[in-house]
Amino acid sequence: MNKIVVVDYGMGNLRSVAQALRAVAPEANVIISGEVADIKSADRLVLPGQGAMPDCMRSLRESGVQDAVMQAARSKPLFGVCVGEQMLFDVSAEGDTPGLGLLPGKVVRFDLRGQMQADGSRFKVPQMGWNRVRQAQPHALWQGIDDDAYFYFVHSYFAQPENSLHTVGETDYGSMFACAVARDNIFATQFHPEKSSAAGLQLYKNFVHWKP
Amino acid sequence: MTLAKRIIPCLDVTAGRVVKGINFQELRDAGDPVEIARRYDAQGADEITFLDITASSDDRDLILPIIEAVASQVFIPLTVGGGVRTVADVRRLLNAGADKIGINTSAITNPQLVADAAQKYGSQCIVVAIDAKRVAPGKWEVYTHGGRNATGLDAVEWACNMARLGAGEILLTSMDKDGTRSGFDLGLTRAVSDAVDIPVIASGGVGSLQDLADGIKLGGADAVLAASIFHFGQHTVQEAKQFMAAQSIPMRLV
Repeated sequence: MNKIVVVDYGMGNLRSVAQALRAVAPEANVIISGEVADIKSADRLVLPGQGAMPDCMRSLRESGVQDAVMQAARSKPLFGVCVGEQMLFDVSAEGDTPGLGLLPGKVVRFDLRGQMQADGSRFKVPQMGWNRVRQAQPHALWQGIDDDAYFYFVHSYFAQPENSLHTVGETDYGSMFACAVARDNIFATQFHPEKSSAAGLQLYKNFVHWKP
Repeated sequence: MTLAKRIIPCLDVTAGRVVKGINFQELRDAGDPVEIARRYDAQGADEITFLDITASSDDRDLILPIIEAVASQVFIPLTVGGGVRTVADVRRLLNAGADKIGINTSAITNPQLVADAAQKYGSQCIVVAIDAKRVAPGKWEVYTHGGRNATGLDAVEWACNMARLGAGEILLTSMDKDGTRSGFDLGLTRAVSDAVDIPVIASGGVGSLQDLADGIKLGGADAVLAASIFHFGQHTVQEAKQFMAAQSIPMRLV
């Protein structure tokens, strides 16, 4: 059976992620776990993250699962969400925090002071709400999802991949930024598929069946 | 490409039931919460807000099974407000499946709650609800307990204070307009929206689709919240979105 582990290292609400996965993959065994044994025996991993990057990295380290996650990230399909995406990079400007270094690049904060949105209103930080995702590159996980589909975002920081080939989705908020990144068996999004209604569920469904 | 403005239907919950009523009178069962939430999701609602109007704190936790049921089947952001007093309340609601927690009266009696909850769970899930009443031209005062108690606080200053303490969003209700169906207090909405760097949700007074559009275009709100125009079948969320998109407001259409 397809065993999908939502990695529990003490940060964020993992249940909505697990429930969305269960909704699209009733035949899979979706569990929320912080056990090394579960991560080792998983077929797929989802790495969520919520709150501040320094707290997330500290929690991951102290939870004792970081090594198992790193090991899994070498071969198993892994989906990073929100701060779980940001953690895959080398370093974040949030608290000058080193990340996992699975993707070259850094995480920076929106600096939109003085800029106006197209409709004349101010940019707010965090970016909170639904924004369009342009599919910068084809990817198996985009199957059945319209280019420029809306997904739900809540964030003040975003990743800047060093290698543009790692950017598979982009969103415009002040300027274009990478909102979906991928490399080999890794796919990660700044937005929240579990809160993005039909488009988000389709993305998770594609992940559940993904054979990288 | 731009961030869409949001439409948020608001559902009242009391003693574990989703109800609808006019000005808290004649509460009637509104139906199955999952079914209602699903319908709004299908119509393109960008979020759903549940307001716990339960008077007794003994019954407060009866909202948890409702949130659990909805969160297991409806995959858009859910906000829950009403009677939140402690960080433990915030945790319980988040664990039940809420994505954001509305804090109103307790933000005034205990501002530290906003700071503590934002510190622990992130600003993105803390919505400070402000009930404001106009006291002079261009001046609004914050009220608590559903508009009964004056606080002496200036609404714009209070919104800025809350943003500084860690609120991720402001849900702004005009007590003068609430229930009148004569449109948002656009002066209030504009004043707060211009003053803070976090998103502002306009609430109170929606009677027509143009009111929703005005809240964004004239009030500068990032999102608009409404209850009765959607509950009583006057309009669907879809109609509202099409109406607003036709006025060049960025909308996620489904």
